Formats: sequence, structure tokens, C-alpha cells
Amino acid sequence: MHGFANPSRFLRLARAVMPWLLSPGLLLVAAALWWGLTRAPADALQGDSVRILYIHVPAAWLGMGGWSALALASLSELVWRHPLAALAARAVAVPGACFTALCLVTGSLWGRPAWGAWWVWDGRLTSMLVLLLLYLGYIALADAADRQGDGRVAAIFGLVGAVNIPVIHYSVLWWNSLHQAPSMGLATLSGRGPMAPAFVWPLLAATLGFSLLFGWVVLARMRAILAEAQAEARLRRMAIGAGE
Amino acid sequence: MTEALDPWPYVVAAYALGLAATAALLMWSGLSMARAEARRERSRGR
Repeated sequence: MHGFANPSRFLRLARAVMPWLLSPGLLLVAAALWWGLTRAPADALQGDSVRILYIHVPAAWLGMGGWSALALASLSELVWRHPLAALAARAVAVPGACFTALCLVTGSLWGRPAWGAWWVWDGRLTSMLVLLLLYLGYIALADAADRQGDGRVAAIFGLVGAVNIPVIHYSVLWWNSLHQAPSMGLATLSGRGPMAPAFVWPLLAATLGFSLLFGWVVLARMRAILAEAQAEARLRRMAIGAGE
Repeated sequence: MTEALDPWPYVVAAYALGLAATAALLMWSGLSMARAEARRERSRGR
């Protein structure tokens, strides 16, 4: 893992991988959303509002997956002091916050026709809102910590915030909720789950497509943060050299 | 008994928001990466 700590090696790898994330990601998202909007069937109970699923579920997955990645990177930063771990955690924060916000907004747009309410204070919705607030807190904390030159506070916050991820997942089982119980799992892939295959395949395609785009954004953010840090360091060295 | 809402405006709004937010995120990330790498190259040339 420490082999990728070399910025030049990371840049070579990122430049090689990014085109393989962007084009297939765009194609998959376009195909899956077209499929979900025009070809997938309407739900027997919810009718056409179920089509929001193909945006809402990938956004939820990336919001939660993003924080899981952020927590792992924070752990790597604290325990192994991996030089790119702090960079990766900071790079995940903004796209993670965006997809969490998208999940909340599309959930609200789904809730109005399905439940008759834009918002209810139940376990799933509230814990997802807490996740968005955690992302915003992390972004502010990491920004302040970077200016002071010590990123450990942000890393500890990233690690502690991971407690919310199992709360989100199990909230629909622990508490009474309007939100449906988990319907995706290994049984779904084998066709024995609660969701019909006609809904599953476009959902998997959309989730994979948005995940590839998320990966592209994270690598682009890492390259941007690395380049900013390198330019700052070079200008600082030049300023010190000129002052001597 | 209440009449069911037409779901299509909500579906279209969700898709439009999802696509616009994803496109904005991709463009912002790509542009900030290009700007930062150009700044690094400029600092090398000084």
C-alpha cells in the first residue's frame, strides 16, 4: 500500500485509470436511467414514482460508501501515517456530501407522491440527514486543520462519524419507519430477493455507473489537492530562498 | 378519500436534479484539477 505513497507513481496510476472510469460511467448512467425511465415497469403499489429508485438508491449507496471510504482513509492516516490517506479522505468528502444531499432531495421527491409527505422524522431519514451534517462538519474541520498543519482532528472525526453508517443501515429494522426495509442483497442477485429482476438490473447498472463517476471525481479531487500542495510547497521554498 | 398525485413531475424533477448535480460535480472536479495542475506547472517554470 505504501508503494502508492509516491506522488509520481500515484499520478501515473490515476492518469491511466481515470478514462476507464469516466466513459463507461457516463454510458452506464445514461443507459440505466433511460432504461429506468422508459423500459422498466411501474410498481404495482407505487406506480411510476418507483422510477426515482434509479437515482435515489445509487445516491444513498455513494453517500454511505463515501463515508466508509473516508473512515478507512482516516484510519490509515492515523495508524500507518500513509501520506496519501489524508488526501483521499479530503477528496471523498465533497462528492460524498453531494450524493448524500441528492439522496435526501430525491427521497423527498419520492416521499410526496408515495407517502403524502415531503419529510418525516423517522430513523432512516434523520440518520441520513445526520450523515450530511457529518460531511459538512468534516469539510470545515479538514479545511481548518490543513491551515494549522495538523490533520489528526479531522481524521478522528472521520473515524468516529462511521458509527452512523450501521445506524443508517439498521434504522428501518430497529425503529418503526415509513421507509421500506432493505430489499437489495445477495438473494436479489440470484432472483430470490424481495425485488423483481425487472427492477434489479437497471438499478445495478445505475449504481455501478454512478460509482465509476464517483471514483473519477475522487481521483480528480486527489490530483487537484496534490497539485495545490506541491505548488504551495514550491512557492514557499522559493520565498525562503529569496529571503536568504 | 384523497386523489393520488400524478408522480411524473416528481420523477422528472428527481432525474433532472440527479443529472444536473452529477454533471456539475464532474465539471467542477475536472476544472479544479486542470487549474491546480496548471498552477503547479507554472510554479515549476519560475
